[in-house]
Amino acid sequence: MVSSRKLKIALVGNPNSGKSSLFNYLTGLNQKIGNFPGVTVEKKSGFCILPGNTAAEIIDLPGTYSIYPRSLDEQIVADVLLDHHSPATPDKVVVTVDATNVKRGFLLLSQIIDMGLPTILALNMMDLAAKAGINYDLNTLSKKLGIPVIPINARNGIGLDELKKAMSKPQAASEYPINPVWKELQKPIQELRDHLGIDNDYEAYQFLEQPQTLKFLGKDKQKVVDNIRNKYEFFPGKFQGAETIQRYSYIQNLLNEVTLKASDHSWKKNSTRLDRILLHKVWGYVIFFAILFLIFQSIFAWAQVPMDFIDSLFAKFSSYLISVLPSGPLSSLLAEGVVPGIGGILIFIPQIAILFAFISILEESGYMARVVFMMDKVMRKFGLNGKSVVPLMSGVACAIPAIMAARTIDNWKERTITILVTPLMSCSARLPVFTILIALIVPNQKALGFFNLQGLALMGLYLLGFVAAMVSAFVIKLLIRVKERSYLIMELPTYRIPKWSNVGYTIVEKTKAFVFEAGKIILAISIILWVLASYGPGDTLNNAEANVLEESKNLRLTEKGLADRIAAYKLEHSYAGIIGKGLEPVIKPLGYDWKIGIALITSFAAREVFVGTMATIYSIGSVSDSDTATIQQRLKAEVNPETGGPRFTPAVGFSLLVFYTFAMQCMSTLAIVYRETKGWKWPLIQLTYMTALAYLSALLVYQVLS
Amino acid sequence: MSGRIKNVAEMRPGEVAIVSGFTDEHLSVKLMEMGCLPGTVVRFNFTAPFGDPICISISGYELSLRLEEASTISIVN
Repeated sequence: MVSSRKLKIALVGNPNSGKSSLFNYLTGLNQKIGNFPGVTVEKKSGFCILPGNTAAEIIDLPGTYSIYPRSLDEQIVADVLLDHHSPATPDKVVVTVDATNVKRGFLLLSQIIDMGLPTILALNMMDLAAKAGINYDLNTLSKKLGIPVIPINARNGIGLDELKKAMSKPQAASEYPINPVWKELQKPIQELRDHLGIDNDYEAYQFLEQPQTLKFLGKDKQKVVDNIRNKYEFFPGKFQGAETIQRYSYIQNLLNEVTLKASDHSWKKNSTRLDRILLHKVWGYVIFFAILFLIFQSIFAWAQVPMDFIDSLFAKFSSYLISVLPSGPLSSLLAEGVVPGIGGILIFIPQIAILFAFISILEESGYMARVVFMMDKVMRKFGLNGKSVVPLMSGVACAIPAIMAARTIDNWKERTITILVTPLMSCSARLPVFTILIALIVPNQKALGFFNLQGLALMGLYLLGFVAAMVSAFVIKLLIRVKERSYLIMELPTYRIPKWSNVGYTIVEKTKAFVFEAGKIILAISIILWVLASYGPGDTLNNAEANVLEESKNLRLTEKGLADRIAAYKLEHSYAGIIGKGLEPVIKPLGYDWKIGIALITSFAAREVFVGTMATIYSIGSVSDSDTATIQQRLKAEVNPETGGPRFTPAVGFSLLVFYTFAMQCMSTLAIVYRETKGWKWPLIQLTYMTALAYLSALLVYQVLS
Repeated sequence: MSGRIKNVAEMRPGEVAIVSGFTDEHLSVKLMEMGCLPGTVVRFNFTAPFGDPICISISGYELSLRLEEASTISIVN
């Protein structure tokens, strides 16, 4: 029988201490991603059955070096562990420490023990420690620390049965603090404990040291804390330095007692040797850009087959539904609105899976830290992080996985800037728009004998997007003001072979997050857009067929030509058509007419829809044999009634190209930015600045060229 | 040598020294948490290709930090 009271166990540890491996091993695929209440930090939790059939909820807290947070993500660790009287308070804390070098892990461990929750030490990577010749007296260690110490190897599951056993045993908090608070602090701490009934000294001390984490206390209690802090002249982190030094000296003494054999560092030889190549002045960058190129190519090339498969599957399913369901508004909503909408979400899965396979390999192997190391100097000038290179480069394939990849950036400001500028990188959905417009306005000629002009124009657009991204980053860097200081101070972990199951878990986690969280918004917007494009006021749309037949009875149209005209007529008289026409005064200075206006609206679903819409709308007014004409020929034949010349002059074409380079014409990107920033503030800022940039640039281009 | 205090940013690749203190209170706490404590041995490993950031070994860890951060760590050798 599973007991009704579920045990809550929090996992805490340094980054690179193997905490995620342990979490994956304990919970398997029973993981879910949620949110910590009130903050944007992701909460990973899962279930695990412990000996005696108790189910335990395992909560994976962000990796941190100490209980004093360095970032918003790390703050959640203090938030969760300091709040001892909430239903979410963990019953136990498991601290993972890298056995190859325990010092830094023990700093965090000693703080957690002092916070007064029952704690277990999971000494991880025992295999590597053995290889390095390190040997500890674990019995003495356990006695000295006053907590269970379990040696494990989370990569292959060794020791996890013992760990689970220890997790299921009732355990009291350790009685004696490792680092008693100083004499001079005893008065304010006692005062606070008397007022608020806090369990122990160190917890009370943390309340005084870290007032920013105390939201869970509520206003009244926070005020009590503030009064005492003012009375005794506390400021955040006042004693942090002294505390750290004292804890490290305790740790040094402890290690002198329990270390039977210390490491001689020779086991790191291979890692050092690898760094000589991977961080080389020339080869370092050659290898890095080769890796980026490989990632980029794989998203482009490998994702295409499954994407086409998903695309055709949903198209077939949709037409199958149309053929079997009785015709009516509900059937067409299902077949033409909902099913393609879901297809439009699932189509991103191959790209997301491939990108995150690469990213988690880079992270797991320790290479990602080197990427930051190599790129920091360049990227920091633009307010970006060394890790921003990966999202920016992936953005050339698709902004959706790219923006999700920005989560690896710890600094909030750098991450936000990366998210804001990534959609300016020209993604693969812009390619169909670019190709058709370039073919229309740039002659297929060679310049200087071998440069294809059309190819040059395309490359120019990609460059334009990149430059815009960097310039925008620089401007946003000046605009966003934060107190958080940018610093690097980061570990370069020893290289390791990635654990493949962790790579798999990451892919599953990212895909789920996208489908279930961003997916909802994408589906909603795509249904709205579908309604706008297929319904119109009154019964004009119902009479479309009759009207078109009436208009074109002298034209001797083929069946397809007629169908095209009906589709165009419907689009023109739909709500989207009406909005497009209403938009005309606004977009006229850019050289666009209402037909382009309609395409701008429908292509908000995805940029490539522009091509399809243009094809439909321009079959209006085309001559009777036009059903064989390509979209390009139709566009070329289009006449501007005001000038009598062609509609698509170079000025209009370039204006459109620039517009599509800069505009946030993608609801899926908006949805994922909403999901990643947990609110509508940033997606709306992004939509506004990108649309303004697109509009003004397109205006400038048209006015200068025409 | 003059009486001026040296710092980690002035070290050369391969050079070894002992951390004597910090000149930036805010950064010192973060550095100490990462194992960079007064009295410990610091080794300057290498710089990034553009000369910044740098990689040091301290307390058995490899840390990367920017030159301006490294310049807040005073050393004796």
